[in-house]
Amino acid sequence: MLYREAGQFRTTYAQDSRILPLREDRVAMLVLFVVAVGLIPAIASDYWLKALLIPWLVFSLVALGQNILTGYAGQLSLGSAGFMAVGAFACYNLMLRIDGMPFLVAIVLSGLCAAAVGIVFGLPSLRIRGLYLAVATLAAQFFIVWALDKFGWFKNFDPAGVITAQKIEILGFAFDTPQKKYLLVLAIVALLALLAKNMARGSTGRAWMAVRDMDVAAEAMGIPLMRTKLQAFAISSFYCGVGGALFAFAYLGTVEPSAFTIDLSFRVLFMIIIGGVGTILGSFLGAGFILLLPIFLSVLFHAVFGTAVDASVTSAVELIVFGALIIVFLIVEPHGLARLWQLTKERLRLWPFPH
Amino acid sequence: MAAFQFFMEVLVGGLLSGVMYALVALGFVLIYKASGVFNFAQGAMVFFAALTFVGFMELGLPFWAALPVTIGVMVLVGMATERFVLRPLVNQHEITLLMATIGLTFIIEGAAQLIWGVEVRRLDLGIKDEPMKWLADTTGLLVSQIDIFAAVVAGILVATLALVFSKTKVGRALRAVADDHAAALSIGIPLKRIWALVWAIAGIVALVAGMLWGARSGVQFALVFVALKALPVLIIGGFTSVPGVIVAGLIVGAAEKLAEVYVGPSFGGGIEGWFPYVLAILFLLVRPEGLFGEKIIRRV
Repeated sequence: MLYREAGQFRTTYAQDSRILPLREDRVAMLVLFVVAVGLIPAIASDYWLKALLIPWLVFSLVALGQNILTGYAGQLSLGSAGFMAVGAFACYNLMLRIDGMPFLVAIVLSGLCAAAVGIVFGLPSLRIRGLYLAVATLAAQFFIVWALDKFGWFKNFDPAGVITAQKIEILGFAFDTPQKKYLLVLAIVALLALLAKNMARGSTGRAWMAVRDMDVAAEAMGIPLMRTKLQAFAISSFYCGVGGALFAFAYLGTVEPSAFTIDLSFRVLFMIIIGGVGTILGSFLGAGFILLLPIFLSVLFHAVFGTAVDASVTSAVELIVFGALIIVFLIVEPHGLARLWQLTKERLRLWPFPH
Repeated sequence: MAAFQFFMEVLVGGLLSGVMYALVALGFVLIYKASGVFNFAQGAMVFFAALTFVGFMELGLPFWAALPVTIGVMVLVGMATERFVLRPLVNQHEITLLMATIGLTFIIEGAAQLIWGVEVRRLDLGIKDEPMKWLADTTGLLVSQIDIFAAVVAGILVATLALVFSKTKVGRALRAVADDHAAALSIGIPLKRIWALVWAIAGIVALVAGMLWGARSGVQFALVFVALKALPVLIIGGFTSVPGVIVAGLIVGAAEKLAEVYVGPSFGGGIEGWFPYVLAILFLLVRPEGLFGEKIIRRV
């Protein structure tokens, strides 16, 4: 009734290739924009911004990177945390060693650094696939964290092995409060998400999906395998790298190499499985879900058992719930939350008068 | 001479830790051969098995009672995994199955922590962690008794498995299933029961590996990461070959220790953590199917 395409005709090519062809969707997006840019910074407390919204956006970006590689191009990677680490440390070093380095340029360059590393570790994908590749990406994960930990230069020889992110300043304007940082992260993430959406629905994305579905067949159809795979690795690592830089600069402030464990890589993988493999929206939904779940669980525990519960018990239960959710989603809804959202929209078209 | 002896000691130490990797990797191969599932949770199962065993010992059960009880628990875990995780996912893409077993890893780790706590446990098998006197006297090599014991146990385990696979009816059924699920099913091999059995065997192999690792370095969460080292072993040995895994385990163990001792210092040490993976990648570039794996043929 309220949400339907009846009467909305696409008469030009431009109309046909819109991201949001329905008027209702465009209105919803506008509302979302007003809420995200206008309402949230005005009413959200510092805690909400610092502990929930900024990490959510940052991890959405990383999940987006993982989704490009795993969801669209079909190359399973267990090294996303490693690429995040490259981005974070590259950004720190660029800001540290080059005088007057503009923050945005440093962010882009650190993404490019991660992309370069991604290409190097993506090279085995030309010869191996599936499980073998997953193991090869573990090499990236372990090697990067080891190298950052071992060579003091990356950390500017900090005795504690911790880097402290510099202040964010763009054209003399300091992004020092959570509100400003939130808006900055929001702008970067929105821009990159739009870019990813357009890549995914364009020829680039179609090439990725062809490679994912059957690489030999894709090659026979004239898709250059090497370029497509390495491109997916590079772009995915770029997103992870920018995500890692924002993780250090906008979210944590101080960070050490051991923050980027394989556990973090798994978490990013879980985000896309639960959110929806091969969807842009799914990266955002999955990141939100994985971030909120521990908070929800600890609130639930405190409500049910009081404050007497040991922290190790909650973390163990958290692990079990994570694992069980993954398996349930893989069995029941392999396309994740994004698919559930799509089904809801299908129902809305008929509501309130089903056939 | 001293340099050579040092080299030999490092080599033997590496080979013996390679036996441990091979033991963990053996569990992977059994399941992969029979059901095409790459069981990422094998490492967690090793950890869980060792922890359960120590837990029962601490509850006051003697060794001979704790062993069968733990075997029972591991068989149950294996069968439950087959029933509730893999049967609903049968015929799915192998990447999906891998992700499901990553989920399983989290469940098992969480359960282990929830039931038995997080502190490091000691596991005493009654074998001293001292150099073998006989070996030290004759050749001058210092090799720990527990390492020798582990190697012997691993040898017995592999020999038993090889016998079971080649001589018994169940073994033939297992090999048939590994060859072709559909064909095995059509000649009346109970596929589900065979899969449950394979998971149970993998559980027992995990227990053996867990006990030996635990006796060597204590039962702790780090066992899960040690088990990740089994992955390069698998790549080098080939996913489907039992002898390949043993050989590759020895190669990885020896190469890792030698690299750490001879190459490591020029990089500031600690290269053990990633060296096996890089070795595996280099290996993949030359021989993607591993030492003894089946040749990979891809068709459209």
